[in-house]
Amino acid sequence: MESIKDRVALIGAGCTKFGELWDKSYEDMVIEAAYEALEDAGLEVKDIDGWWAATQDTTGFGSSISIPLKIKNKQVSRVENACGTGTEGVRMAAYAVAAGIFDTAMVVGFEKLKDSGWSGLGGVGKVIPGGALPLSVPGMYAMAGIRYFYQYGLKPQEGKEMLGKIAVKSHYNGSLHPKAHFQRAITLEQAINAPILAWPLGLFDCCAVSDGAAAVIITRHDLAKKYRPDPVYIKSIKCIVDASDGYIRDDYDYAHFETDRVFSKAMYEEAGIKDPRKELTAVSLHDCFTIAEAISLEDFGISPAGKVKEDIDAGFFNLHAGGVAVNTDGGLKCFGHPVGATGLRQMYEAYKQLQGKAQKPERQLKDPKFMMIHARGGWPGQTLPIGAILGN
Amino acid sequence: MAGIISYGAYIPWRRLDRAQIGKAWVTPVMPGEKAVANYDEDSLTMAVAACLDCLGDMDRQKIDGLFFATTTTPFKEKQAAAIIARAVDLRPDALTADYISSLRGGTLALKSAMDAVGNGSAKQILVVAADCRLGAAQGPREVALGDGAAAVLVGVEDGVAKIKGFHSIFSDTMDVWRTDEDRFVRSWEDRFVIDKAYMLTMGKAVAAVMKDCGLMPKDIAKAVIYSPDPRTHQTMAKTLGFDPKTQLQDSLFGVIGNTGTALTLMMLAAALETAGAGQKMLVASYGDGSDAFILEATGKKGHGKKGIKGYLPIKKMLNNYESYARIEQLLDVEPSARPPVLLPSAVVGWRESKKNLALYGAKCNSCGKPQYPAQRVCAYCQSKDNLTPYRFSDKNAKLFTFAFDNLGMSKTDVPPVGGGVINFEGGGRMLGQLTDLDFEQARVEMPMEMTFRKHYEAEGMPVYMWKAKPAV
Repeated sequence: MESIKDRVALIGAGCTKFGELWDKSYEDMVIEAAYEALEDAGLEVKDIDGWWAATQDTTGFGSSISIPLKIKNKQVSRVENACGTGTEGVRMAAYAVAAGIFDTAMVVGFEKLKDSGWSGLGGVGKVIPGGALPLSVPGMYAMAGIRYFYQYGLKPQEGKEMLGKIAVKSHYNGSLHPKAHFQRAITLEQAINAPILAWPLGLFDCCAVSDGAAAVIITRHDLAKKYRPDPVYIKSIKCIVDASDGYIRDDYDYAHFETDRVFSKAMYEEAGIKDPRKELTAVSLHDCFTIAEAISLEDFGISPAGKVKEDIDAGFFNLHAGGVAVNTDGGLKCFGHPVGATGLRQMYEAYKQLQGKAQKPERQLKDPKFMMIHARGGWPGQTLPIGAILGN
Repeated sequence: MAGIISYGAYIPWRRLDRAQIGKAWVTPVMPGEKAVANYDEDSLTMAVAACLDCLGDMDRQKIDGLFFATTTTPFKEKQAAAIIARAVDLRPDALTADYISSLRGGTLALKSAMDAVGNGSAKQILVVAADCRLGAAQGPREVALGDGAAAVLVGVEDGVAKIKGFHSIFSDTMDVWRTDEDRFVRSWEDRFVIDKAYMLTMGKAVAAVMKDCGLMPKDIAKAVIYSPDPRTHQTMAKTLGFDPKTQLQDSLFGVIGNTGTALTLMMLAAALETAGAGQKMLVASYGDGSDAFILEATGKKGHGKKGIKGYLPIKKMLNNYESYARIEQLLDVEPSARPPVLLPSAVVGWRESKKNLALYGAKCNSCGKPQYPAQRVCAYCQSKDNLTPYRFSDKNAKLFTFAFDNLGMSKTDVPPVGGGVINFEGGGRMLGQLTDLDFEQARVEMPMEMTFRKHYEAEGMPVYMWKAKPAV
C-alpha cells in the first residue's frame, strides 16, 4: 500500500467568519471562502481542474457550488461523511491529485444551520419506530462524561472542573481569532455554573451551532512551488469507521473512542511520528463537547488513559505553553461547527499556522512542525474520525 | 370449570396528592392520592405491565388468547390486544380481542375467557384490563379518577381461585359516558346515577349469583365491589348485607383512585393477595349493566411478581398540579426548537416488530454472546447467519451509563428526558430510553428492568418500545 505522505500540498485556503450569519446565504459563504482561497493561491475558478462540495445537510449535489461559483464544464462531486465531511472532501481530492488525475483540486465545505429555525443539530433518527432516541447530541456525549468520571474515579466537582478548564482554554483561543464565532474569554466559574444541557455538559461544554464555509486548494507536490513559496504538505490523511457496535457490545467502556486510537496510530505511522506528545506542535481535534476533547487527547496517545486531567491542570494544551497546543483557533467549541466546513476550517488554521501567517502575533505558534487535524462523526458507540497531519 | 391460575397488577409510578388539585382550584377535595400514568404510558402499556406481573416466569407459549378490556384504547380503529400480545410475546396464533367502551369490559372479558376454557376451545386465556380516563379540570372526576391495570390468567388448571358462579344483567342507562368526540368523562346527576343506575343494577346481579350458588352474605369472606366513589362503596356493601369493616375489599380509592374498567380486577387482585383456602369471594363490576361472580380461593399463591401490594409503595409524587397538567396534556407547552418527529414508517415497524415490540435480539451460536438488536453478522466473532433469537424483555439489567437531557424531545414529560446504556445480565447491551427514574436517583451500575412504553408520538400515532426503569 502506498502512502499519501508529501505527495500533495495545500496552496490556498479560505474561510468565512463563522457565526450566526443571518444576512448570508450558503451561496454567499461558498463564494467568500472559495475566492479567499483562490486569491491566496493566485488562481481563478477556471484554473481548478477538479471540485468537491462538502456539506452534510444544507443542499444536494455538485451544483451546490458550481452554480454560485459559475464552474463550467468541470468535474464536480459532492461528499458527505458526518462531521468529517469537510476533511473527507480533501481526502478524496488528495487521492485524485496524487493519482495524477487532476493537477489542481478545490474543496469547498459549508453548512447553513441557522436557516432551519432549530436549536442544535437535527434529531437522532427520524422515521424508524425503534430508532428514534429522543436524546440530543449533548445527551449522547453526556453518557461518555458520566462513564469517564465513573471509570477514573473523578468526583462530580472534579470532573466538572476538568471540563471547565477545557472550555476556558478554548474560549481564550477563540477570543484571539477574528473569524471565530465566539470571541469572548470566560472564567472557570462561568463554565462550571452555566446551565446544564445534559449533565455533566453545560452550555460552555458544547460547541456552537454556526454557519460558515471554508475552502482549500491542493496540487501535486512537484507543482506546489510553482504556485507559492510556502506550500503546506499533507503528511497523512485517514478515515476510520467502526461497526457502531459500541451500542451492542457490552465490553465497550464509553470512556474512550476505539476508532480515535486506531486512527491516530495509523496517522502517526504514515507521517513518521514516533512520539506525538513531543513531535506534534498542535492538534485541532473534534471538541464538539469538552468531554470529547479530553477523551480524544488520551486516545491520541498525547496523555495517558485517565490522566488527561493532569495535563489540563498543568496547562500543557494551552497556546505557547510548550506542550501540544490544542484547538488554537477556539475549536468547534468557539470557532463553531458548521458540519461540512469544520474539517476545512481546521485545515485553514493549520495551513496559516504552518506558514507563520496566523492572523495575530499573539496567536502564532513558534516554529510549528506538525499539526494534526481531526473531525469525528457520530457519538460514543458509533464513531468516524477523519483527519490529517500537515507539515512544511 | 374454569379457574384463575394467576393474577397481576400494575400501578403507575407517578402519584398526585389530591390536595394539589384542591390547591390549584382553591376548593376542598377528598383526601388521598391518585395514580397517574406517566407521560409515556397509556392503557396499552399498563396492560403489558400487568400481564407480565401476572405471568412471572410462566411459559407464555401455553397461552391461547389475550383479551384486553378498556375504555381508553389508544386507537379508535386498530386492535390494542394484538400489540399487547406481541409485547408479551405470545404465540402468533393466540386469539386476541379488545373489549372496549364499557367499564364492565374487564369482567365481560373474564366471562368470555371462562367460557372458552369451559368449552375446551382454549386452555389458558390472559384477561387484562387497564384504563386511564380523564376528568375535566376542576371537576369531581379529575379528583376521583386514577390510572391502573390488572390481569388474570384463566385456565383449567387448579390455580389461586375457582370460579363457582356467574350472573350478568345489562342496563341502557345514560349514567356515565364519553362520546366519540369527548376527551373527558361526563355524567348525569350523581343522585340518579347512584340510586337508580348503579345500586339497582348491581344489586340485581349480585342477588342472582348469590341465589344461584346458594350463598348468604355471611358466607362471603371478601366482597369485591366496583363503586364510583368511596361513600357509595360503603352504602352498597351495607345494602347487600355485608359488613363493610370485615367483608368488604378496600376500594383503592384513597391510594389509586377509580381506575374504571381496571378497578374490579385490581380489587380482585388485592383480595387474592390475602385470601385463604376455601374462602368464598364475590366479584361485581358495573358499567352498562353488572357482572357478578362467585370465586373460591384455593390458598395457593399466584405467579404475580408484585401485585397491588408490591406496586403501591413504588411511587413518585408529582410536585404540583402543573406537572400533572403537562403529563395529561391539559395545556399546550412550548415545544423545543427541534425538527418535527415524522410519522414512523409502517414498513419498518412491520419488519422490526419482533425487535421493537417483543424486544428480541439474538445470541451467537459460535461465541455465545447475546446482542441487541439481532445481528446477521455477530458483533463479537463476525460469524455470519449463525445466531438464535433471544428475548431481552425479561432480563434484568444494570445501568452502564446515562444522560438526562434538557434538550431531549418530549412534549409531555417534565424535562430532562432520560436515556442510557444498559447491560443485561447474561450479556447484551441496549441503548435506549430510561423512565420512572429521576436524575438525582440515577447511578452507574444500578439494577434496571424493562418496561413497555410509548417511545414517542408522531402525528398522533403512538410508537411503542421497551425502556429501562429501576428494578424495585
